[in-house]
Amino acid sequence: MFSTNSDTSIQQTVTDSLHAAAQSGEHGTESGNLFTQLLHHVYDSNELDLPFIGQVHLPHFAPIQIGDLTIDVSITKHVVFLWAAAILLIILAVTAARKNSKREVPHGFGNLIEVFILFIRDEVVLPNMGKGGIKYLPYLLTTFFFILIMNLAGLVPYGSTSTSNVSVTAALAFIAFIMIQLSAIRAQGIGHYLKHLTGGVHWILWPIMIPIEVLGLFTKPFALMIRLFANMIGGHIVIISLIGLIFVFQSWIIAPIPILFVLGINLLELFVAFLQAYIFTMLTSLFMGLGMQAAHEGGTHNESGH
Amino acid sequence: MLSPNPGLIIWTIITFILLLLILKKFAWKPLLEALQKREQTVKDALERAEQTKKDAERILEENRKQFDRAEQEGKRILNESRSLAEKLKDDIVEKANSQSRKMIESAKQEINRDKEAAMVQLRGEIANLAIQAAGKILDESLDEQKHRKLVDSYLKELPKN
Repeated sequence: MFSTNSDTSIQQTVTDSLHAAAQSGEHGTESGNLFTQLLHHVYDSNELDLPFIGQVHLPHFAPIQIGDLTIDVSITKHVVFLWAAAILLIILAVTAARKNSKREVPHGFGNLIEVFILFIRDEVVLPNMGKGGIKYLPYLLTTFFFILIMNLAGLVPYGSTSTSNVSVTAALAFIAFIMIQLSAIRAQGIGHYLKHLTGGVHWILWPIMIPIEVLGLFTKPFALMIRLFANMIGGHIVIISLIGLIFVFQSWIIAPIPILFVLGINLLELFVAFLQAYIFTMLTSLFMGLGMQAAHEGGTHNESGH
Repeated sequence: MLSPNPGLIIWTIITFILLLLILKKFAWKPLLEALQKREQTVKDALERAEQTKKDAERILEENRKQFDRAEQEGKRILNESRSLAEKLKDDIVEKANSQSRKMIESAKQEINRDKEAAMVQLRGEIANLAIQAAGKILDESLDEQKHRKLVDSYLKELPKN
C-alpha cells in the first residue's frame, strides 16, 4: 500500500542478501550482526544481483603486485555500475547531440540535456571561472552527468551507487585535483603557480607556509571525495536501516511505518543525487576558477580558497 | 568500507578519462556547437529585427516629412496660382477698362469731328440758301459780290453755335 517498486525491490534485495549471508555463514551468526549484513548491500562485492537471473559472480583477476602495493583489478559490482553509467551516459548524450544537431529548436530529450548544459555553463562555469572556463566545460559536464547517473543508479531496483564507494569518489577527486592544478598552472604559468605556494610571505616563513599551502591543495579534493561518498552512502544506510527494522522486529505488521519513511528518504535521495552532482561540479569549477583568477590578481594571495 | 581499493580507483580513472574523451568528441562538442549556433542565430535575428524596426521607423519619419513637405508645397503652389490668377484678373479688367475708355474717347472725337464737319457744311448750305433767298427777294438788285459780303458779315455776327 505504501510501497513503491524500488522500495519492494530493495526489500527483496535485502531479504536475498540476508538469506545468502545466513546460508553461507560468512558474516557471523544468523542473528548476530544484522548491521554488518545490511551493510553488505552497500558494500562493493564480487557478486552482481540481477533481476530474474539472481546472483552473478563477476570475474576475478589475480592481483597485480607493485612493490608493497597489491592492486586487485577484479571487476566488482561498483565497476559494473561505473561502466553501466558511462555507457548509459554515452548513449544519452550522443542521442541528444544527434537530435540537437538536426533540429533548429531542441525538443524533448535533447532539450532536457540542454537545460543541464546551459545551467552548468551559465550558472556554474561562467560565474566561477569566467570566459576562460569554457574550455574546461566538457570536463565539468562529464563530471556532472557521470556523477548524477551513478547517484541515480542506486535508486533503481537492483542498482548500486558507485559513488557510495570511497575509491570511486577518491578517483573522481583525484581527477578534480589534477584539473584544478592544471588549470591554475595554465592560467598563471608554472613560475607564478609555484610562487603562489609560498603564500607571498617572507622567505624565512617558507618552511611553514609551503607545507600549509601544499596541504591546502589536497584538502579541497579531499573534501570533495568525502562529501560525495558520505552523502551517497548515508542515504543508502538510512534506507537499509529502516528496512532492517522490519527484520529487527520480526514482524510484517511494523512494515508500513519503515516503508513510509523509506519512501520519504527515497525522495530525499533523488534530490540529493542531483544536489551532490551539482555541488561536486560547482566546487570543482570554483576551485579551478580561484586558481585561474589568481593569475589576474598580480600575485596577491587569495586566502578565500580555504 | 573506508579503505580505498586501488583497483577500483584505477578503473574509475580509466573509465572517466575514456568517457571524457568519447563524450567530448561525440556529445559535448556537437551539443555546445548547436547551442552556440542557435544562440548566435537568435542574437542575429533579434539584431536584424531591431535594425528592421529602426529602418521602418526612419522610413516612416521620412515619409511623414515628405508628406509634410508635399502638403506645404501644394499649399504654396495653390496660394501662388491664386495670387497669380488674381493679378491676371486685375490686369485683364484693367486692360478692358482702359480699352473701353479709349474706345469711348475715340468715338466721342469722331462724333465731334462729324459734328464740326456737319456744322461747316450746314453753314455753307445756309449761306447759299440765304443768298438765293435774298437774290430772289431783291431780284438780283445786288450783284453777287456784294451779297456775299453782306451775308458773311452777318454770319460773323451770329453766335458760333
